[in-house]
Amino acid sequence: MIQVQAVQPERTAESSVVFSVRDLNVFYGEFRAVRDASFDINENEITAFIGPSGCGKTTVLRCLNRMNDFIESARVEGKVQYHGVDLYDPQINSNEVRRRIGMVFQKPNPFPKSIFENVAYGAKLSGRFSKTEINEVVENALRQAALWDEVKDRLKASALGLSGGQQQRLCIARCIAVKPDVILMDEPCSALDPIATARIEDLMQEIKKDFSIIIVTHNMQQAARVSDRTAFFTTEINPESDRRTGVLVEIDSTRKIFSMPSDERTELYVTGRFG
Amino acid sequence: MRAVLGGAAMVTVVISALILFVLFRGAIDFFRSIGWDFGILVDDSAAPGWFPRRERFDLLTIVLGSIVMGLLAMIVAVPLGLGTAVYLSEYAPPRVRRIVKPAVEVLAGIPSVIVGYFALKFIAPNIVDPIFSPDQPRNMLVAGMAIGVLVVPIMASICEDALRAVPMSLREASFGVGARKSTTTVRVVLPAAVSGIVAAFIIATSRAIGETMVAAMAGGRDGSGPRVLSPLEPGLTMTAAMTNAAGGTDQVKAGAPFQVLFFVGLLLFVLTMSLNMIADRVVRKYRQKY
Ligand SMILES: Nc1ncnc2c1ncn2[C@@H]1O[C@H](COP(=O)(O)OP(=O)(O)OP(=O)(O)O)[C@@H](O)[C@H]1O
Ligand SMILES: [Mg+2]
Repeated sequence: MIQVQAVQPERTAESSVVFSVRDLNVFYGEFRAVRDASFDINENEITAFIGPSGCGKTTVLRCLNRMNDFIESARVEGKVQYHGVDLYDPQINSNEVRRRIGMVFQKPNPFPKSIFENVAYGAKLSGRFSKTEINEVVENALRQAALWDEVKDRLKASALGLSGGQQQRLCIARCIAVKPDVILMDEPCSALDPIATARIEDLMQEIKKDFSIIIVTHNMQQAARVSDRTAFFTTEINPESDRRTGVLVEIDSTRKIFSMPSDERTELYVTGRFG
Repeated sequence: MRAVLGGAAMVTVVISALILFVLFRGAIDFFRSIGWDFGILVDDSAAPGWFPRRERFDLLTIVLGSIVMGLLAMIVAVPLGLGTAVYLSEYAPPRVRRIVKPAVEVLAGIPSVIVGYFALKFIAPNIVDPIFSPDQPRNMLVAGMAIGVLVVPIMASICEDALRAVPMSLREASFGVGARKSTTTVRVVLPAAVSGIVAAFIIATSRAIGETMVAAMAGGRDGSGPRVLSPLEPGLTMTAAMTNAAGGTDQVKAGAPFQVLFFVGLLLFVLTMSLNMIADRVVRKYRQKY
């Protein structure tokens, strides 16, 4: 990968808009997966992405921290601004982008290392912390992720020995240990039972004062419970082929989306009559 | 159908057993026919060496030959093989991969006698001679390097399989906290694949020690001692000693000087078999659940 000189995305203090996305189009090879999405994401809010399978929620999410760079065929068009900085500017250091905009994945993916090493991984990379500081970072992250009490006596044990719900909280801890500004969560609870899900939802409320969060979810109640704003995506049949392209139907306050959405398709979806 | 296939499997098993039997019988004959006045393992005379015609079998000479050339081979094969594997699995765009991977496989298919000539006609005059100016054009360094070339494909392909088995989700976890690609490779992918890499190393070592043609052609085929460790001296591997005995180079077709072939063969068999079993254990013991 070519490392262009590191121009870092700077935050402009007064703005409360984290992402400003305009006319986003994403292609996998010839296939257009997402068409003309435009939206803003606010700071210290939880935004939910909902919509039927294949409508491009994951695709859009991964555009926001340049995770799509690793998909050979993926191509992104349009403007993705993060605190006013174009994330796809060739001068941007994409690793720094991902440090600031962390990600929690659908399936818990702890490293086959100890619990401590998992959380310390990102913080160690920066080289900014001494050994004692790292210990502190790890403890704080685990506390924030509501995992500390369960693992404090076995930090040296393998992370693979944790339960699924614990592993997912560990992944959240690993993510917040590098002190990101935004956390992107792609169906973080889909592999978890209701109790573990409730814990993660509580955790999101807990940490939203420090982070802006975007969560993709298939669970309508979850979106309604946790999010401040909701974006509804759906698919449209391409005239030129039979493949479906994802479009953003609307984004609004969660209350509005679930009570009186402006688009009929949204209403059909949130009331369970479509998708 | 079932009977035919079962028969095929049966024949394979019988052949393996037969090979073992022949080795054992030859080795026993060897022990029966040698005079025991020289040490078998270690010749303690003033000028120890591998002199089958004089019925002096200093095992240490040929074991050292195998170890030195095997080590040299691995010094070549590890960086080339692992480097190729990491490149193919982590860095190469699909277009390049489509060219490089078959090229590595072609290398795996080249008969070792050709690699032997490559050693004599290229490695010796163009690499070893200009840099080290050894006394003999055929020496352990030339042979060791060529054996290394020969085992690069196996090293590369087992390592690549191990690297590819590391799930993408682990790489993404690393990228997700801002790690660079190189950091991700070194700190996440390689450690997660370590059991496969160790297994590749052991299997490649076993191949290198078992390699015969190149060792015989380019290694100098000289076991006349004094026992040498210097890679720039000619040497004799266990395998080359066996070809000498089998081909009648030592001017004998019977008796201990011939039968020693079975004894060394048995040793070699036990050695490579143990290495392969260790590799198997390593893979099983450290297999990651991810
Ligand atoms: N790596 C890829 N290569 C090619 N096509 C892809 C790739 N990833 C996704 N797609 C396609 O892009 C479209 C959008 O996929 P995406 O995963 O973003 O949908 P999603 O809304 O997240 O779906 P789900 O709810 O099932 O997770 C789908 O048609 C999918 O088949
Ligand atoms: Mg998805």
